[in-house]
Amino acid sequence: MTTAQMIFGRLTWDSFPWHEPIVVATFCAVVLGGAALAAALTYFKLWGYLWKEWFTSVDHKKIGIMYMVLGLIMFLRGFADAIMMRLQQALAFNGSEGYLNAHHYDQVFTAHGVIMIFFVAMPFITGLMNYIVPLQIGARDVSFPFLNNFSFWMTTGGAVLVMASLFLGEFAQTGWLAYPPLSGIDYSPATGVDYYIWALQVAGVGTTLSGINLIATIVKMRAPGMSLMKMPVFTWTSLCANVLIVASFPILTATLVLLSLDRYAGTNFFTNDFGGNPMMYVNLIWIWGHPEVYILILPLFGVFSEVTSTFSGKRLFGYTSMVYATCTIMVLSYLVWLHHFFTMGSGASVNSFFGITTMIISIPTGAKLFNWLFTMYRGRIRFELPMMWTVAFMLTFTIGGMTGVMLAVPPADFVLHNSLFLIAHFHNVIIGGVLFGLFAAINYWWPKAFGFKLNVFWGKVSFWCWQVGFWMAFTPLYIMGLMGVTRRMRVFDDPSLQIWFVIAAIGAAIVAAGIGAMLVQFAVSIWKRDELKVEGDPWDGRTLEWATSSPPPEYNFAFTPVVYDADSWADMKKNGYQRPLTGYQPIHMPSSTGSGVILAALATLCGFALIWYIWWLAGLSFIGMIGYAIFHTFNYKRDFYIPVEDVTRTEEERTRILAAGV
Amino acid sequence: MSHPLSPNWIRLLRWSAPILAAPLAGCNWVVMNPSGDIAVQQRDLILISTALMLLIVIPVMVLIVWFAWRYRAANKAVEKDYDPDWDHSTKLELLIWSAPLLIIICLGALTWVSTHKLDPYRPLDRIDAKTAIDPKVKPLTVQVVALDWKWLFIYPDLGIATVNEMALPTNVPVRFDITASTVMNSFYVPELAGQIYAMPGMKTQLHAVANKPVTGTGFSANYSGAGFTHMRFGYKALDQAGFDAWVAKVKASSAKLDRNMYLSLAKPSEKAPVAYFDASDTKLFDAIVNLCPKPGQRCMGELMHINQMGGAGKESAKETNGLQYDFPNSHVIDQEDRNKGQETAPDAPGADKAPAADQSSHSGADAHAQHR
Amino acid sequence: MSSATATTEPRAYHLPEEPHLHEGHSTMLGFWMYLMSDCLIFAILFATYAVLGGNFAGGPGPKDLFDLPLIALNTAMLLFSSITYGFAMLAMEKNKVSATQGWLFVTLLFGGAFLFIELYEFSHLIHEGAGPWRSAFLSAFFTLVGTHGLHVTFGSIWLITLMVQVAKKGLIPANKRRLMCLSLFWHFLDVIWIGVFTFVYLMGVLR
Repeated sequence: MTTAQMIFGRLTWDSFPWHEPIVVATFCAVVLGGAALAAALTYFKLWGYLWKEWFTSVDHKKIGIMYMVLGLIMFLRGFADAIMMRLQQALAFNGSEGYLNAHHYDQVFTAHGVIMIFFVAMPFITGLMNYIVPLQIGARDVSFPFLNNFSFWMTTGGAVLVMASLFLGEFAQTGWLAYPPLSGIDYSPATGVDYYIWALQVAGVGTTLSGINLIATIVKMRAPGMSLMKMPVFTWTSLCANVLIVASFPILTATLVLLSLDRYAGTNFFTNDFGGNPMMYVNLIWIWGHPEVYILILPLFGVFSEVTSTFSGKRLFGYTSMVYATCTIMVLSYLVWLHHFFTMGSGASVNSFFGITTMIISIPTGAKLFNWLFTMYRGRIRFELPMMWTVAFMLTFTIGGMTGVMLAVPPADFVLHNSLFLIAHFHNVIIGGVLFGLFAAINYWWPKAFGFKLNVFWGKVSFWCWQVGFWMAFTPLYIMGLMGVTRRMRVFDDPSLQIWFVIAAIGAAIVAAGIGAMLVQFAVSIWKRDELKVEGDPWDGRTLEWATSSPPPEYNFAFTPVVYDADSWADMKKNGYQRPLTGYQPIHMPSSTGSGVILAALATLCGFALIWYIWWLAGLSFIGMIGYAIFHTFNYKRDFYIPVEDVTRTEEERTRILAAGV
Repeated sequence: MSHPLSPNWIRLLRWSAPILAAPLAGCNWVVMNPSGDIAVQQRDLILISTALMLLIVIPVMVLIVWFAWRYRAANKAVEKDYDPDWDHSTKLELLIWSAPLLIIICLGALTWVSTHKLDPYRPLDRIDAKTAIDPKVKPLTVQVVALDWKWLFIYPDLGIATVNEMALPTNVPVRFDITASTVMNSFYVPELAGQIYAMPGMKTQLHAVANKPVTGTGFSANYSGAGFTHMRFGYKALDQAGFDAWVAKVKASSAKLDRNMYLSLAKPSEKAPVAYFDASDTKLFDAIVNLCPKPGQRCMGELMHINQMGGAGKESAKETNGLQYDFPNSHVIDQEDRNKGQETAPDAPGADKAPAADQSSHSGADAHAQHR
Repeated sequence: MSSATATTEPRAYHLPEEPHLHEGHSTMLGFWMYLMSDCLIFAILFATYAVLGGNFAGGPGPKDLFDLPLIALNTAMLLFSSITYGFAMLAMEKNKVSATQGWLFVTLLFGGAFLFIELYEFSHLIHEGAGPWRSAFLSAFFTLVGTHGLHVTFGSIWLITLMVQVAKKGLIPANKRRLMCLSLFWHFLDVIWIGVFTFVYLMGVLR
């Protein structure tokens, strides 16, 4: 071993992708953009502000917003991957190899899947739950505010590792679940799978801890009077999603540990030889993987419930059955994992068992759909943007659910498995369910978080671009699935397929326009925020988060509300609730801390060192992490009181605004 | 034997399938219009389950649009119907849980029956909808090996083997024994039957039958590394005379599929040309499944016997010869082979004449042209 | 369920006295959930051992390798450490700082002895060529037992940290809460070890 290898591990000058023009161009753009951003932050002296008010903040609202920003940035990266794939597949016909070689293309589709699930969907829903749940239950923060900050930075650390793989070494070329033996050291010796492993491990710690945190918050910190069956539906679905997180992410962690032991320590869990069993990995990863999709969708089911009820001006139909349906889905999601590999050759009885349990999940899901339907029935539906996304979801998701049940019939799955039909199906439910739900939620709660509504015109442009683009992009995939076209193909021989890929690419371009319109919508709304200004309750909301000002003060509620009804704010309004104007008290709050940032940075560094075999750095950063964590526990003073004068000032300001509004 | 559900149903669906596809004529909806009986039954299952679900999906979608439109705030006509506190109705609740439940009961029954009937391990009991067959009739065996990144087919009964081309006689039941050399693939011929994974160190099975003479494509449906996209083979179903002629042509090849030839074939390569072999080594497939095609490698069968015995004693810890099967950089295509411009590595001893004699033959070119 | 109650007396939407959550109100619940998630990791490792534990790859099996008397001694160390931790908690309840510290120290010694014996066993196996790379059985064995060992190691580091903190601050509520958490953790590891001992060692040798 040379000195250079001692110091830099396997990181060399050639690890930088000098020979890939696309990557070099991206790299330059990122460096220039980053430099410009850093310069701007320095010029406007914002570093201190960001560090003090955001990065080290333990306020669940700020952390929630940071999660959303992270999700948005990674969404742009993940979508860039999608566009690259669509372009490659539209071009690679008639002997053309397209513009991406296998080495590059295989990274792109792997990164697309990993990023969209772990670093887009997960931060988005975690951010949403973080922001909304404490407000909905009348709490002032989460149970473990420091842990919340730490979780966020761990998720960010994972995202940083994925992004680093773009410019330093390579990402995995294995598909988003990295099945061995392909992901083993003998078949994927480069850094790709290691980036995959450590990005997911670092982020996974964050996800698990934030799951624990939110469960504890919901169980322990509800406002007086809020029994379980008086919790808002979004809180219910969040609770179930977090139970799923805590009960499934450890499985992912353990599975990836085994894979990394195979790669680093030469064990034989998933190798072909020495008694290893790759099928074991496939089972384990899907025992995590299937609950994962319900982790993503359940909170959005909550969003749709809130939105439908609010914009229909009605109580949610069938609250109780909604809650039971959610819990049923939560439990059943553990009994279906094998439907991801019916084709592995299990016996007919095993396959039919898992096929039928999969279908059974569609019963509570169907019941939910009916509940939303009857919530609209005899309502006064206002078609604001959140409601538009919700109706679009109901229509899209029904189709996605149907194709999903088709895939659940094992013999039918034999012909559709791994085909573009499957790709169309899960994009149908993930885009139609998770993304549409997020867009509904962003449009719905944006005024809550920032005190002004989003621009409607650009919102509608974005909405229609998404609808048209989505169906144009994925209908051809359904069709090609029925023609026997497989996923993850880079080059095609049959020229008659090209037209379908071209249509799909145009669809993706329209979706891109929809994303662009959404960014414009944000920009225009921020620019013209004074015109869009709202008070606490712009939509005639029904749950507690609307009972306080928008944006809420850092302590959320000057007085903890008492709850009598699932739609507690609607109940308060109905009973002529008067906001108390005197008797403020000092409020007990957690203090900010930089420990989360530092620990997560050390963890990320440790991951990076392990990826590149820089053993000294890995050891050092790991010891640093443990040492710093111990050091952190010696700090016993983690809270403070907001003085009563500050509370009074904030609340009186609000009183003035309310009076001016009337 | 007829389908568990009403045969009229199926006939209707079968007729309607091409009609539904008519607007898109010119494209080959092979999954919807296959030529093998198993794939036909799988297609029927897709159609039946879709129809069953549409029973509930269509009303729901109509209701969504209808309610959304009718109860819009701007519609003054229904203002009097507004009932903000209406949130429960036992009758409706019963309906919304039982309607999906009923559909799922039907679908579940269909799933249970069809999954058993179309179990890939189950010997066929019919050639097509009209012709029954005794499941005890010995089917034609084809041993399928997914190599990096090409397909090897061994016909042990006929003593022949091919690379990237598979032919079957029509109306003869076939049993595929499927395995892979290094990583997971999926063996899929849409014309013939649904896919089954091909996995190293394991043998999966698929029973199927071709009903019509046809040429088509088969491929790996599971991503397996850099050469995956080109991992396709020509598939032909031939009538008995045609099949016999094809077998004779393969037999005429002088190349012999011995262990060395196999090992050289198994090296990673892309776009491997069609090749024909004389294959008299009937133990080869077993050796591949047992991860011991190379001389000196210890077979899994033997190792599993030791597992049954509870271990081979303390001293055996240090006996590791012949146990390793995965080797570093197993997926790297040999640069030398690439430089020589040859896509299949022919450096095995005794095979320097090229892997397979028949690259220029009519059928080879023909089959290759069928690759889509 | 609907709000027909609008007619009754006006509802009080705030309590006269602000509800106050005491410090660390969720800690035990949160820590319990962490333990359950950790338990799931062990469940996966147990399951892996159950699936792969019979794959010796032509190498030695449990009967050839495990030294039951040594493991029994090891088990005794861990069980004793759990008992002494229990004594520490009893002393803590009575606010006896030095007794608490004393018992914690004894616990640490037993924990250290456990780790020492485990490391001896591992090094012995590796020396004989039966390292984790030899077979899937040994991979699963080393990972399951090693993960438990790592937990004990971190538990010991935590124990030392807490002893320092108790020495510095005394048995304040925050420290008591931390000792309670470590207590849960320590006994949890004991339970896991009983599973390991039964499932891996006893059944391995006796089957």
